[in-house]
Amino acid sequence: MGTIFDIAFLMATLRAATPLIIAALGGIFAERSGVINLALEGKMLTGAFAAVVVSYYTSNPWLGVLAAVLTAAGMAFIYAVASIKYRANQVVSGVAINMLAAGLTVFLVQVFFGTAGMSPAVTRLPNLGPFTPIVYLAPLLVGMSFLILYRTPWGLRIRAVGEHPKAAATVGISVINVRYACVVISGMLAGLAGAHLSIGTLSVFVRDMTAGRGFVALAAMIFGKWHPLGALGAALLFGFSEALQMRLQGGGIPSQLIQAVPYIFTMIVLAGFVGRATAPAALGEPFRNE
Amino acid sequence: MQPILEMRHISKRFPGVLASDNVNISLFPGEILAIIGENGAGKSTLMNILFGLYQPDEGQIFIKGEPVKILNPNQAIAHGIGMVHQHFMLVSPFTVAENIVLGAEPRRGLSLDINKAKKAVSEVSHRYGLRVKPEATIEELPVGVQQRVEILKILYRGAEIIVLDEPTAVLNPQEIKELYAIMQNLTSQGKSIIFITHKLNEVTNISQRVTVMRRGKVMGTVATKDTSPAELANLMVGRQVLLQVQKNPTEVGNTVLAVKDLVTQDLTGEKLLDRVSFEIRAGEILGVAGVEGNGQTELVEVLTGLRRAHSGSVHLNGAEITNFTARQVKERKVGHIPEDRQKRGLELDFTVQENLIFGFHYKPPFAKHGLLNKQGIAQHADRMIEEFDIRTPNSETITRSLSGGNHQKVIIAREMHQEPDLLIASQPSRGVDIGAIEFIHRRIVAHRDAGKAVLLISPELSEVLSLSDRVAVIYEGQIMGIMNSSEVTEEQLGLMMAGIRPENYHPLEERSPVHGR
Repeated sequence: MGTIFDIAFLMATLRAATPLIIAALGGIFAERSGVINLALEGKMLTGAFAAVVVSYYTSNPWLGVLAAVLTAAGMAFIYAVASIKYRANQVVSGVAINMLAAGLTVFLVQVFFGTAGMSPAVTRLPNLGPFTPIVYLAPLLVGMSFLILYRTPWGLRIRAVGEHPKAAATVGISVINVRYACVVISGMLAGLAGAHLSIGTLSVFVRDMTAGRGFVALAAMIFGKWHPLGALGAALLFGFSEALQMRLQGGGIPSQLIQAVPYIFTMIVLAGFVGRATAPAALGEPFRNE
Repeated sequence: MQPILEMRHISKRFPGVLASDNVNISLFPGEILAIIGENGAGKSTLMNILFGLYQPDEGQIFIKGEPVKILNPNQAIAHGIGMVHQHFMLVSPFTVAENIVLGAEPRRGLSLDINKAKKAVSEVSHRYGLRVKPEATIEELPVGVQQRVEILKILYRGAEIIVLDEPTAVLNPQEIKELYAIMQNLTSQGKSIIFITHKLNEVTNISQRVTVMRRGKVMGTVATKDTSPAELANLMVGRQVLLQVQKNPTEVGNTVLAVKDLVTQDLTGEKLLDRVSFEIRAGEILGVAGVEGNGQTELVEVLTGLRRAHSGSVHLNGAEITNFTARQVKERKVGHIPEDRQKRGLELDFTVQENLIFGFHYKPPFAKHGLLNKQGIAQHADRMIEEFDIRTPNSETITRSLSGGNHQKVIIAREMHQEPDLLIASQPSRGVDIGAIEFIHRRIVAHRDAGKAVLLISPELSEVLSLSDRVAVIYEGQIMGIMNSSEVTEEQLGLMMAGIRPENYHPLEERSPVHGR
């Protein structure tokens, strides 16, 4: 066992946990304001793709990160218009965003690079010590999210909007504006998480490279009870299982089974250990100004 | 004296209804103005206009003589208007302090200054004598205290005009007393209060003036000391209210319902009904009195096929129906008005039409060859709406949007249209306004006069006594005694409801059997 759990393994865990942490924070912002966030996956994928395109053309991975954040925010804005303004079913429109992202990125890979499903190699983010800067940024974002949600007037309003939007409206808070802002922030965070996948750990875009991490991040958010610190813990746990999966490969166990480890792990955790997860009371309910 | 608030010629139209029809009200500094009206009279619409939640189609609002436009709650608050909503606008997992400052938070730099918030809350709560703990979370507080938090919330925002929308609906008698004291204290400190209610006795207890509304119109405004509950009731309903139900003696016929030694138990084996026996004959109303939770619910459930009887028997018109299913019971002409109409009586998000046929939906003329017959259903609905005076824009309206009284009329129409041999009515007037109560009582008596049997269950002693021919008292699942309602006193009933059998206090030498009459 000593050979498995070494420093390299720990670093792999942190690397794998980073996108989960950041995307989970995105989930928290949206859901704390009362908007279901099934579209994390699609927004991550969009971000991963935009980062590669911009890094390819500018050779500047930082511009790539910026592009990832903005593009995913744009995607989130579309979702916000559908689910907040037009009160579309949030589950359906979230799934639609995921399908749109999956299809559109494959199509655009073809348009931009003339290849099927995979981009050429691009300039990736430089390492600062053992990690890219995004890995260090993740815990900072956790701290910031915690402070915003629990120590500022704005955070109080976000949580009020997610729990009892009518009460918020009667004291003059614009439920609609708060929700728009939160959904767009969730897009920015998901985009950043996507950039970490494509130009942080790798240096290419591969079709469907998020491979369900958006949903694992969602699971981390629920397991962490919609709290940034809880989500951090949960994301580290899931990152651990992903690192374990990578470590176990080539050990004689069928690879399909090993690849399934993080997902099986996620299901067991969600089914068995969440306990009474209390979602924001108004989660998924569109708000209508009367 | 100049009014602090005036609403002049306010009209507001919704699809199918004129919710406010040229309404004028005025409120003077330091007074309590009661606005009274039945459900659906337009009180809440008017207040929502005042609070900027709706815009009036016509009319104007004046504050201290100045015309103002109130486009949203923010502007209402800025004009010193505060509203305590009937359904509390409190975020349950938040603390008292967080709820009070929400939307107008004290800050230190970028962050919320929670200590300052707590201090501000203590300050306001001291000044007005409304004690609360700023650190307590809302969900751990009783409703009376939650309401205090709501009042503090608007005082914190500097409200001068306080609107209380049906504030007593959720309170127990002790809490109501406390609320009155709070209201008096507030007016003595110069606040002006609008008090919305549909209960007559509350008006006379607390207000200086009363504005009566009916169907979107103001019927009149009177000084409380110059009026009487009867006058207000007339204004509210638009005709003489029969506070006493008119009932003539009838001939009783054959036994319709015979219940013998009925027992039902919960999962732990505890008896919820314990050897319950009684009979109801045609042309008779049997009332069941008792403190809620003494087996009334279970009795109705067993009789209507919603719960199993463990032993004993139920006969309807001489045929056994013990443990029949709900449909089988219904097909033997038993109507059921359930105690919780939102849970068991209606599908609130279905149309009035659909709610009018549930339970009969599989039979002609509502269904043919297994398909619903839209035309038959619609025609039936229109007839019912007419006959039972259901106030709805049309039969395809979503039931939820109707008032409580009209919800109940939909159920009554559905359950009575087949002229059931036995009508089981459980708390038929719970939460409905006077006009509807009167209508419901008349229908029940008419049903009995037509030679049918009625089982009436109600925790309201006065309702049971005024409607029933005989009264049974239930206590811990047992029938304590059955007597003629004309011969029994409220005191006797009170003792029996507390579990004391008549033979234990009967002054006569000879003890009469419990079920002897």
